Amino acid sequence: MSRRGRAPRSQAAVDTRAAWLFISPWVIGFLLFTLYPLIYTGYLSFTDYDVINDPNFVGTQNYRDLVSDDKVMLALRNTFVFTVMSVPTKIVLSLLLALLLNKAGRSAGFFRTAFFLPKMTPPVAIGVLLLLLFNGQSGLINEVLGWFGINGPAWTTDPLWVKPGLVMMSLWSVGASVIILLAALRNVPQELYDAARVDGAGWWRQTMHITIPMCSGALFFLLIVDTIAGFQSFTEAYTAYFGSGNSTYSNDAALFYAIYLFQQAFQFLHMGYASALAMLLFLIIMIVTAVQVRLSRTFVYYESERA
Amino acid sequence: MTSTEAAPPLLDAAPATGLAAEPTRPTRRPARTTIGRAAVLLLLSVITVAFVYPFVWLLSASFKPRSDVFDNRLIPKTFTFDNYIQVWQEAPMALWLLNTVIVTVLATVTVTISSALVAWGFAYFRFRGRDLLFGLVLATMMIPGAVTMIPTYLIWDSAGMTGTLVPLWAGNIFGSAFYIFLLRQFFLGLPRDLFEAARLDGANNWQMFRLIALPLTKPALVVTALFEFQAAWTDLMRPLIYLRDSDTFTVPRGLKSMLDQFGFGGEWHWELIVTASVITTLPMIIAFFLGQRHFMEGIATTGNKG
Repeated sequence: MSRRGRAPRSQAAVDTRAAWLFISPWVIGFLLFTLYPLIYTGYLSFTDYDVINDPNFVGTQNYRDLVSDDKVMLALRNTFVFTVMSVPTKIVLSLLLALLLNKAGRSAGFFRTAFFLPKMTPPVAIGVLLLLLFNGQSGLINEVLGWFGINGPAWTTDPLWVKPGLVMMSLWSVGASVIILLAALRNVPQELYDAARVDGAGWWRQTMHITIPMCSGALFFLLIVDTIAGFQSFTEAYTAYFGSGNSTYSNDAALFYAIYLFQQAFQFLHMGYASALAMLLFLIIMIVTAVQVRLSRTFVYYESERA
Repeated sequence: MTSTEAAPPLLDAAPATGLAAEPTRPTRRPARTTIGRAAVLLLLSVITVAFVYPFVWLLSASFKPRSDVFDNRLIPKTFTFDNYIQVWQEAPMALWLLNTVIVTVLATVTVTISSALVAWGFAYFRFRGRDLLFGLVLATMMIPGAVTMIPTYLIWDSAGMTGTLVPLWAGNIFGSAFYIFLLRQFFLGLPRDLFEAARLDGANNWQMFRLIALPLTKPALVVTALFEFQAAWTDLMRPLIYLRDSDTFTVPRGLKSMLDQFGFGGEWHWELIVTASVITTLPMIIAFFLGQRHFMEGIATTGNKG
C-alpha cells in the first residue's frame, strides 16, 4: 500500500473504498432483510412452525396441503379475477383521462390535481368508503344508479358483486397512472400528429397509430406494476371484509391471496404453511412478469431503438 | 408491431403533402377546437366531480348526527361537531396521531438519507461489480413483500421489538430500492466536470457528496421524502403484524380497530368511523397540497423509465 505512494492507482483504491462505504447501507439491508428472509422463507416452507416451538421439518407436506386446500384455490381465483378485471380497466381509464387532460390546455393542472387526490387517501380509508358508498340499501352509488332507474345490487354483501365493487373502488385511485401517461403523451413529437392530420388521419387513427405506440413503454410499465400490485392486493379488501368485526357474515368472495397468507401466518401462526403460500405467490408473479416482458418485446416501441 | 409499421411512413409523408393542405387549415381549425375544448372541459368537470365527491361525502357525513350519516345529503340537515369530540373520547386518537407522526418522521428521514448515500455510491463511482449490484437493487423491487414478511417478523421478534413502533420504520435505515433508483437517476444528471473541479480543489469524497451533490439534488430528495411520508402514514399491513396494544396503534391501524368495534360486526356507530376516516386522510391531503408540484414531477419520472 505505502509503496504505491501517490500513484494514480491509490486514488482509485480510495474511491472504491468510498463507493462501498456509500452503498453499505443497502448491502447490509439486502443481506439481512431481503436475501436472508428469502432463503429462510424457502426453508420454512418445508417445515411446520408456530413461532413458539422450533421449526419441524415436514418435507413437501405444506405444498401438498396447499394443492388440496379449497381456500387456496378460492383465494387464487379471487385474486386472478380481481387482477384481470381491474388492471386493464384501470389502464384504459387512465389513458382516456390522460388523453382528455392532454387536450385541456391550461386548465389541465387543476384537473390533474383532482384526479390525483384519491391516490393520497390511505387504503384503510378507501376500505371504509367502499363499505359506505357501495352499501346496497343506503349507499351513494345505488342512489345515483337509481336516478337512471337502475336498481343497484347489494355490492358489499352479494358474493357476485363484491369483486366488481372492489374493482370500481380501485379505479378511484388511477391518479398516478394518469400522471405517468400524461407525461408520456407530452413526449410524443408534435410533428407526428401534424403529419398524420395532413394525411387525413382522424382522432381515432392518430390515437391507435401514433399515441398508443409512442406511449407503449409507459403503458407496459403500468401493466407490469399494476399486475404485481393486483396479485398482492390486501388493504382495501381486508379493511372492508375481514378482521375481528366481520366474523358474522361470509366474506369468501373477498378472500384475496395476500389476505389468506396473512391470516395463516399471523392469525393462525401457521408460519410454515404461510411460507409455502408465499413461495407460490413469488413463483406466480415471476412467471406472469416474465410472460409480460416477453410480450413487450413484440409490442413496445422504444425511442432509443430508432437511433 | 404496430409501432414500427405506423410511425415511420407518417413521418415520410409529411414533407410531400404538407404544402398542399396548408391553405384550408387556418379557417377550419379555430371553430372546431373551441367547441372541442369546451366539450373536453365539460367532460373533465363531470369526471372531477366523481373523483372528488367521495371526499366531500366523507367530510359532510362527519358533521352529521348518528341517524343521518347515510342520508347522502351534501349539506348536513343538522350540523354537529360532536363526532369530533366523541372520537377523541372513544379512542386514544391523540396517541395514535403521535405514534403515526413518530413513525412517519423517522421512516422519512432515515430512508431519504440512506437512499441518497447509496444512490450516490452507484451514480458517481466506478467499481467492479457495480452494474451487477445495481441490477440486484432493481431486481429486489420485483420481490413481493409476502416472501420476506415472515422471516422479517421473526427477526424483529427475536430482537424483542414486536409490539413497539421500531419495526415500522427501522428497516428504512438501509435505504429503499425505488428511492435509490430515483435518486441515482437524478445524480447521473449532474455534470461530472463539477466534481472533477471540486476534486482538484481538494474536496474529498464525503465533501463532494455533502457539499455539492446533495444540495443540487434537493428536488429529488423532496420527492423521496413526500413519497415515503405518504407510504409510512398510510401503511396498514405492518401495524397489523407488529402492533398488539391499542396504545401503540398508528392512525390507520386505529381506524381499522374502530371499524371492527363500531362497524357492521359491532355497535353501528358509523359517525365515529367516518370522522376517524377524515382524521386519517386529512394530513395526506395537506401534505399533497404543500408538495403538489414535487409529487407530480416525481410520479411523471417514475414512468419514464419503463
